[in-house]
Amino acid sequence: MVKEIPLVWLPAAACTGCSVSLLNTASPTIKNLMVDPVIPGVHINLRFHPTIMAASGDVALGVLEDAVQEPEGGYVLAVDGAIPTGATAGYCNMGERDGQPVTIETRFIELARKALAVLAVGTCASFGGVPAGEPNPSNCVTLKRSLEQHGIDKPLINIPGCPPHPDWFVGTVASILLNGLPSADDLDADLRPKTFYGKLIHENCPRRAFFDEGKFAKKFGEEGCLYELGCKGPITYADCPTRHWNSGTSWVIGAGSPCLGCTQPEFMSLPYYEKVTDVQLPVVGAYWQSKEAE
Amino acid sequence: MAKVTIDPITRIEGHLKIETTVEDGVVKDARSTGNLFRGIEIILRGRDPRDAQVISQRICGVCPQSHGVASALCLDSAFGLGDKIPNNARLMRNLIQGVHVAQDHVLHFYHLGALDYVDVADVAKYQGRDSELNSVKDFISRGQLGPFMPRYEGDYRLPVEVNQMAAAHYLQALDIRRTGHEAVAIFSGKIPHSVGIVPGGVTDIPTVDKITAFLWKVKKLQDFIDNVYIPDVIAVASVYSDYLEIGAGCKNLLSYGAYDLQGDDADLTRRKRLFKQGAVSAADLKLRELDMSCITEGVKYSWYEDSSSGKHPSHGETKPEYGKPEAYSWVKAPRYGGEVYEVGPLARVCASYVAGDPDITRLVDWALGELKAPKAALFSVMGRHLARAISAKVIADNLEKWLLQLKPGEPTYAEYEIPEEGAGMGLTEGARGALGHWIEIKDRKIANYQAVVPTTWNASPRDDVGTPGPMEQALIGTKVRDKDNPFELVRIVRSFDPCLACAIH
Repeated sequence: MVKEIPLVWLPAAACTGCSVSLLNTASPTIKNLMVDPVIPGVHINLRFHPTIMAASGDVALGVLEDAVQEPEGGYVLAVDGAIPTGATAGYCNMGERDGQPVTIETRFIELARKALAVLAVGTCASFGGVPAGEPNPSNCVTLKRSLEQHGIDKPLINIPGCPPHPDWFVGTVASILLNGLPSADDLDADLRPKTFYGKLIHENCPRRAFFDEGKFAKKFGEEGCLYELGCKGPITYADCPTRHWNSGTSWVIGAGSPCLGCTQPEFMSLPYYEKVTDVQLPVVGAYWQSKEAE
Repeated sequence: MAKVTIDPITRIEGHLKIETTVEDGVVKDARSTGNLFRGIEIILRGRDPRDAQVISQRICGVCPQSHGVASALCLDSAFGLGDKIPNNARLMRNLIQGVHVAQDHVLHFYHLGALDYVDVADVAKYQGRDSELNSVKDFISRGQLGPFMPRYEGDYRLPVEVNQMAAAHYLQALDIRRTGHEAVAIFSGKIPHSVGIVPGGVTDIPTVDKITAFLWKVKKLQDFIDNVYIPDVIAVASVYSDYLEIGAGCKNLLSYGAYDLQGDDADLTRRKRLFKQGAVSAADLKLRELDMSCITEGVKYSWYEDSSSGKHPSHGETKPEYGKPEAYSWVKAPRYGGEVYEVGPLARVCASYVAGDPDITRLVDWALGELKAPKAALFSVMGRHLARAISAKVIADNLEKWLLQLKPGEPTYAEYEIPEEGAGMGLTEGARGALGHWIEIKDRKIANYQAVVPTTWNASPRDDVGTPGPMEQALIGTKVRDKDNPFELVRIVRSFDPCLACAIH
């Protein structure tokens, strides 16, 4: 007997990059995830995901309308994208009721109330990300903030990244299936699983030796640490240097580019190709230590 | 008169609603509504111009790579680098964008389009030994059929064995498109939202190990396109041959051309490219020269202030006014010389076809011959699928050539200074068609940034004179056999491969 764990995936103010990244999962493959018991005896039943589901229109929305009628805790809710709110909540709509468009904020809140847990997939859902960049034209908020605004207390895990590495999502889900919901100790202050976001990029960077020697690349294509070209490795928590992307093929610094800091709440607020000037180097983690001291 | 509304249209990118009025079984009117506005053009203002390449990729996670290229070309021109990009960088940009677009076409046919034609439920009757198909059979027997059920029921015409084979190809295509993304990552770090393409060139350098690894991922992709994708498109088009006759739309096609074959001409509208630039109409099938001054964006029926209507994108504006009377979409209405134009693989393949490109002519004539279809059949639902498959093959076949032209040790990047003031334009072909980015720089910051994106053209609402957009026109006049299961409508819409995050941004 295979136990079915329903998953509902709601796209908010998003670009679908998080979903496409999940398609890239190498082991298990996306086929394993969708069709096979991904953990022996447990199958993730992807009931709603607009990018791949067969149904359209009312037939598709029926799945959502049914889900919110079920007893609480029957499914896991994953959301990519931030939530437009206030006077601009109508900047993101999905489907209609009585001839009126339903905002994604309404859909999210209805689904979140009945969910077992909420997964914020990507930096937009976790921290506001791209649409919440200054001046935040659609008043986008994080899932955490949206839940607070509606007085909903629900287990929430942030899986940031623009997009997140598929392993970060799959690993987080597998962990829930094997061990249940994470304890507070398993997550950092930004609700990220420490398993994947526990170390700074800078700590494990293969160009770290150049940094320690003071050998900095002055233009793209040069050998050396990319700090002066704007690398956010010293302030960014993620395991990219050891995990590598796209089936372990390469990663951002492997292609000679500075880290853009995409797993951080600061992703949209720092210029990508300017040096992070207030880092006290060479002490690893000094940036955050100085922030805490403030 | 009955309203048939489909909201959301799934198996596309983003939030799209289609509203039709059906009378006596025929679509009398159609409205296409884009349902998500983020305002990325507004967010870009005031930032370091170099950030545009990073943030504009985030317009879309399905087609980020083409935004990266359009933005880099736009910044190259604003920084005075239009004719100074090193050859290695030009080739690496072609490779990164090309392999991404080719895998995107595979994704569209199998994972976005196919479930409209293929009955996956037939795998329940499978009796063979393919372990992948047997695992799907087990999945069906457990009775939890998400995401393949529920669905529209009725018009699935393929024989059981063909449905089973197509399901196997759906699964195989998941691996192939992942392999395509791995190839992107070789030269561009990661994908979606890769980092390798920057103004001035690329960040990475070509090395023999990377060249070899890329080559064999491309060969795998080529093998699939030649031996699975193209035969499958022909097979589906043969059985659903009535779809060679419906969904024609506006019959005007526009291509910006893509994949630079030379780097020393700063004029992107004249530069030698693999796919040709130009406009083609079904009426005479002749290529007309691309004139970028002809483009305007209307917003009378879009949720933006009327004062911003009719502008050229080089000084375009994005001023939201949600709820504006008569408006019904976040998509603007771009027009070329005031006329409605469709963009996409059909447009770029047709531009090169009518220009007499030998490879593309051979492929188009062969495909039409296999289907015993006239040239007019290109302007149809299946015509778009065929053109997309041909686009994939032409790109994949050229990747190997570009790869072997790379010269390890030679430059990949040209240095520059950000100008105090400047303007730029970047043009390319994304998977879904003609893509343009425009920038204006003041005080070394972005003063204005505008993108006119493939689905902005295709999913556009009515323009200021009330003429419906290409997708709306393709729907109007269509016979709908069963309005509870309106296969015809979703098949027409999906043949455009709409991308709404792109269209509105």
